[in-house]
Amino acid sequence: MVERFSGTRDYVAGEDLMMAVNAAIALQRPLLIKGEPGTGKTMLAMEVANALARPLFQWHIKSTSKAQQGLYEYDAVSRLRDSQLGDESVKDIKNYIMKGPLWESFQAETPSVVLIDEIDKADIEFPNDLLRELDRMEFFVYETKELISAEHRPLIIITSNNEKDLPDAFLRRCFFHYIQFPDKETMTQIVDVHFPDIKKQLLQQALEIFFDLRETPGLKKKPSTSELLDWLKLLLAEDISVEALQTSDQRKSIPPLAGALLKNEQDVHLFERLIFLNKRSERT
Amino acid sequence: MVLLDFFFRIRDAGISVSVKEYLTLIEALQHRVSGESIDNFYYLSRATFVKDEALYDRFDRAFGDYFNGLESLPDDFLKDIPEEWLKKQLELSLSEEDKKLIESLGGWEKLMETFKERLEEQQKRHQGGSKWIGTAGKSPFGAYGYNPEGIRVGQQGSRNRRAVKVWDKREYRNLDDSIELGTRNIKVALKRLRKFAREGAEEELDLDGTIRSTAKNAGYLDLKMVPERRNAIKVLLFFDIGGSMDDYVRSCEELFSAARTEFKHLEYFYFHNFIYESVWKDNRRRNNERISISQILHKYAADYKVIVVGDATMSPYEITYPGGSVEHFNEESGAVWLKRVLNVYSKVAWINPTPEARWKYHESISITRELVDDRMFGLTLSGLEKAMKQLAK
Repeated sequence: MVERFSGTRDYVAGEDLMMAVNAAIALQRPLLIKGEPGTGKTMLAMEVANALARPLFQWHIKSTSKAQQGLYEYDAVSRLRDSQLGDESVKDIKNYIMKGPLWESFQAETPSVVLIDEIDKADIEFPNDLLRELDRMEFFVYETKELISAEHRPLIIITSNNEKDLPDAFLRRCFFHYIQFPDKETMTQIVDVHFPDIKKQLLQQALEIFFDLRETPGLKKKPSTSELLDWLKLLLAEDISVEALQTSDQRKSIPPLAGALLKNEQDVHLFERLIFLNKRSERT
Repeated sequence: MVLLDFFFRIRDAGISVSVKEYLTLIEALQHRVSGESIDNFYYLSRATFVKDEALYDRFDRAFGDYFNGLESLPDDFLKDIPEEWLKKQLELSLSEEDKKLIESLGGWEKLMETFKERLEEQQKRHQGGSKWIGTAGKSPFGAYGYNPEGIRVGQQGSRNRRAVKVWDKREYRNLDDSIELGTRNIKVALKRLRKFAREGAEEELDLDGTIRSTAKNAGYLDLKMVPERRNAIKVLLFFDIGGSMDDYVRSCEELFSAARTEFKHLEYFYFHNFIYESVWKDNRRRNNERISISQILHKYAADYKVIVVGDATMSPYEITYPGGSVEHFNEESGAVWLKRVLNVYSKVAWINPTPEARWKYHESISITRELVDDRMFGLTLSGLEKAMKQLAK
């Protein structure tokens, strides 16, 4: 029986997301995850690893990342230094080959999960350089002339923020899932998971404010799940009462601790202006 | 092959699904990833076929179109149609006249038989690729003059009802083709115009060079330095402001701020409607501090790339005739001045925020397009990308 993922205690996964994960597990293909920032793309890999009790290898991509770094790196500088010092280890090149996350996962004793986080941050050619490695799950180490191939094909979860389009050839090899912004119902579930003791009323009020705020036209960065969770944490820490939230009618005043939700200066200005307009139209 | 039909239907819908993905879907079905329900099949096929959330809506529509009606009929429907149940339902919804009509058609029993026959026929035809009985109005019962919706075929299974909604909701409608042109996106487009070069002071360790020269040096360390890599592209940016450009202020602002961070060598100038003998750098002092075009042509070398942002929407006279400008009396026409700019700089792109579909309705846009040798691009992501590709050539 193939392992199946069905969400975890700390992570609420929709049916469609579970299907995508399970397909990727069963066919051992990479899974590409997109979605608004803060909807739990990175968390997914950790939770899947948790749920399946597999080790997790993380590879966070930066704009300077090279595909090679995921496989291995040859530390020429250390070797050079050691040779200057006459160190014995210099004779074996293996001492200077540093394994990357993919190599580690290929050689793990059990099937593992690899997270390639924010693949779109890297150079446009980056995904193409990994095609063979992800397809065949093997690569060649030129320095030592050995072929490393995966003993257990890891589940590879790739996240993207859509900053760059990924090449077609790469996409064809992946399953794809777009994490949609959760609706109120799912959001309540998610909050329940994170704050089990939050008062019902407070939560309801907070969610209302939150979704209203998301509806504000022209926001540059809509607040997302992670912002909501931060905000709730603050509300709880500051012990804001339900009444305080209720009186802060969206259209008349800024909700308490709104800084946790709106992180863009222009958005805050826009929001303040809207409130001002609403107040004025009410007076007349 | 039902699945193959489905595959081609999805391709017809404008989603470029490859054979590889089709095989992946079959493999997944063989692995029984999806279980039996159509819900799961929907999710699985979506994860396999669609690689861009902007296409989700298209997929939903194609999927709904193809499976329309199918989901409301359980597999074993033909074996035992709950006749009693159907009968009651029908009779409830029928008027006296309808009942008489049924009688005239040979009575209830006959009608049910025809119904079953039609269903069977329809299933066969479905295998050939057309639609099954369903909500689209192809039901054989349509001919008899009452709405088949009244029968509510197969509605007893609530399991499937929910499934229909998943794609019928079309939650992703807004995503289709409405990619927002944010600063980030513009930057990504502008990145195409990168040409890194090492110029200036040497301040970075050149690893490869160091190793090479150390090896040559019989193992004694010989450090090599190189200058930092920088984007060596130089850009002159001309912005149309005021008047008809007001509608596009926001997207132009975004383009401007993206360009300013992306290009190290960027000079920008403003103009109104069209480029004449002079432009300006500060909008508050546009009347006093003007910079003549000839000065620009001499100051900035020919390796600068020129990007003009303007809607080119005006009276054609403003371009072609001396004295056509709405603001002042220009001794030479705008076309002449633009030609002078084009003569010096070979890499030019005119970016037009007006939607491309409307270009052909403005004569001034056509004239301008001709002047710049068709190097006019829309202020959209794809437009910018094309423009940058053209500039980078």
